[in-house]
Amino acid sequence: MQFRLEKRAEPSKAMLYLTPIGAVLLTALVGAIIFSLIGYDGVRAVREIFVTPILNPLKWQDLAVKSAPLIIIAVGLAIGYRANVWNIGAEGQYILGGLAGTGVALLTRDFSGPWILPLMIVAGMVGGMSWAFLPALLRTRLQVNEILTSLMLTYVAIQLLNYLVIGPWKDPMGFGFPQTRMFTADQLLPHIIPGTIVHMGVPIAVVVALAAWFVMSRLVFGYQIKVVGSAPNAARYGGFSVNRTIWMALLTSGALAGLAGVLEVAGPFGRMVPSFPTNYGFTAIIVAFLGRLHPIGIIFAGLAMAVAVVGGEVAQTTIQLPAAAVGIFQSMMLFFLLASDLLVRYRVRMVGSNRVEVTP
Amino acid sequence: MNMDLVVPIIITLIGASTPILIAALGELVVEKSGVLNLGVEGMMLIGAVVAFAVTYTTGNPWLGILLAAAASAAASMIFAFLTLSLSANQVATGLALTIFGTGFSALFGQAYTGKPISIFRSIFPEALATHPLWRLVFGHSPLVYFSLLLVVAVWWFLKKTRAGLILRAVGENDLSAHSIGYSVIGVRYAAVAFGGAMAGIGGSCFPLLLTPQWAERLTAGRGWIALALVVFAAWRPFRLFGGAYLFGLVMTIELYTKASGGTGGVPSEFWAALPYLATIAVLVLISLRRSGHSAAPACLGKPFLPTN
Repeated sequence: MQFRLEKRAEPSKAMLYLTPIGAVLLTALVGAIIFSLIGYDGVRAVREIFVTPILNPLKWQDLAVKSAPLIIIAVGLAIGYRANVWNIGAEGQYILGGLAGTGVALLTRDFSGPWILPLMIVAGMVGGMSWAFLPALLRTRLQVNEILTSLMLTYVAIQLLNYLVIGPWKDPMGFGFPQTRMFTADQLLPHIIPGTIVHMGVPIAVVVALAAWFVMSRLVFGYQIKVVGSAPNAARYGGFSVNRTIWMALLTSGALAGLAGVLEVAGPFGRMVPSFPTNYGFTAIIVAFLGRLHPIGIIFAGLAMAVAVVGGEVAQTTIQLPAAAVGIFQSMMLFFLLASDLLVRYRVRMVGSNRVEVTP
Repeated sequence: MNMDLVVPIIITLIGASTPILIAALGELVVEKSGVLNLGVEGMMLIGAVVAFAVTYTTGNPWLGILLAAAASAAASMIFAFLTLSLSANQVATGLALTIFGTGFSALFGQAYTGKPISIFRSIFPEALATHPLWRLVFGHSPLVYFSLLLVVAVWWFLKKTRAGLILRAVGENDLSAHSIGYSVIGVRYAAVAFGGAMAGIGGSCFPLLLTPQWAERLTAGRGWIALALVVFAAWRPFRLFGGAYLFGLVMTIELYTKASGGTGGVPSEFWAALPYLATIAVLVLISLRRSGHSAAPACLGKPFLPTN
């Protein structure tokens, strides 16, 4: 008996949607084994990370709040990845979005009115876009790889954040802590469910995903993205400009990462602090793949990843599992998913080994 | 010029350049075989934490380096299996490897935070390195001599040996190499393993050469700079050597401005951001000079799919 791979004529739709679920289940199984081997209660770790946040209604609001930035960033990244544009600097664009929103908040401190928050949100999106501008310019004009430039700018963004909160933006009444002033009531995201931490960012995330779904499946732009990504030569014959697509993909993903940043700073944080970069930009890369680069899939993937993030926090307090363990679970999820891609494109056939080779 | 002042600066410069040089030489070989492994940063972190843990436990830095190389090579095999055997997307898999390495090193290193080891110093007798100039020749850690030998060795391997020729053929035209009868996948597995081992040794430089303790994300993006350097060097070992030392210089400036306190009115965060800005500037310069024609191996990043 042996196995043989046969290429499918069409990628399997069933496998495309089933494999992410399989990847999560395999991660839980292998995670339990690995963490048992290194001396933790592996089964308990998996239960705390993957099950507790779902079963405990008190954690549902955390799931909503944590999944919102992941979904918003991942939707933007997925548009780029479909076009073969590899923006991996979403973390930097997210920071810039938060910084731009904070800048507007500090300038409008003495004003009040419902116009302040929308202005902050627009500034955040422009901030995120500005950090994607350079990678787009260099990629289209000089063929400089956007993977490296967007990532390098993330490190620059972290230094810019440190400089601002330690220097010019430091709260003068803050007892020397490196942080800005608290935002005023008009600068904070309203909570949509009273008594919870669920803020406006949650419905915005759903709207962003739905809008992206509409654009990708119904509009020419979405079609252009897919053609440029899968068949650049055909795109050129079809009159689609590859460079314009790269610009659109990078600026869109930058703007959405910036949107996530400003929603975070005006939501859960309420001020700019050095601990603002929370790896959402990197985790969203996994979310984008787990959601099969499809906006609706990304909603589910964002929720699943939020389960792991919230569960990781639960496990830290209940069984002293280090924060870094979540990173291992996340990367395992991505490894299994990438491995299972083979099943989408190929069919595994069992071949009997007792076939007789006839030699003349 | 004051010898007692200049020599320590040069030694700092060499120390800062060595880890990126070793890791980048490994990645150069990987890319020459047509594979793009974005997991360098993660593998360096695995190497760093393993080197620290082994050196702390056994007191033997040689064993630390050896096991760091082995651990990172093992991690690179996850990447190799997914991308070469299952033809998964190389960019995504490399990213996953970096996330894995970051998580693994943080988890594994938790028990070692705040514990000291001693710097892996020169193996030559102290007496040889008393004069500042002799210190420049004999005063380095074995890791530094290893990095310099590695430059020559990689150049010699790629240019002068039959195995190096096969590796380049696999990276330039995998289908032809396959039809002549070379194992494209086998060659690439070997290259990825070598790249992993070198990233591990490069990572081991951080606790053994630079800061003799463990901290999360100790490598601070140096693995990504190593990746950029390979592009900068146009896949040539000697140019890579120059590039690594250029970056070492930028990082040395950062260290000295921080240490002296006075940064001439420029905020210290600017100096901390400088290596990353310099990387972008260098990538721009190199693409300006190249004007269209790329020096990259033709099959870089593409999965090998023989038609059977």
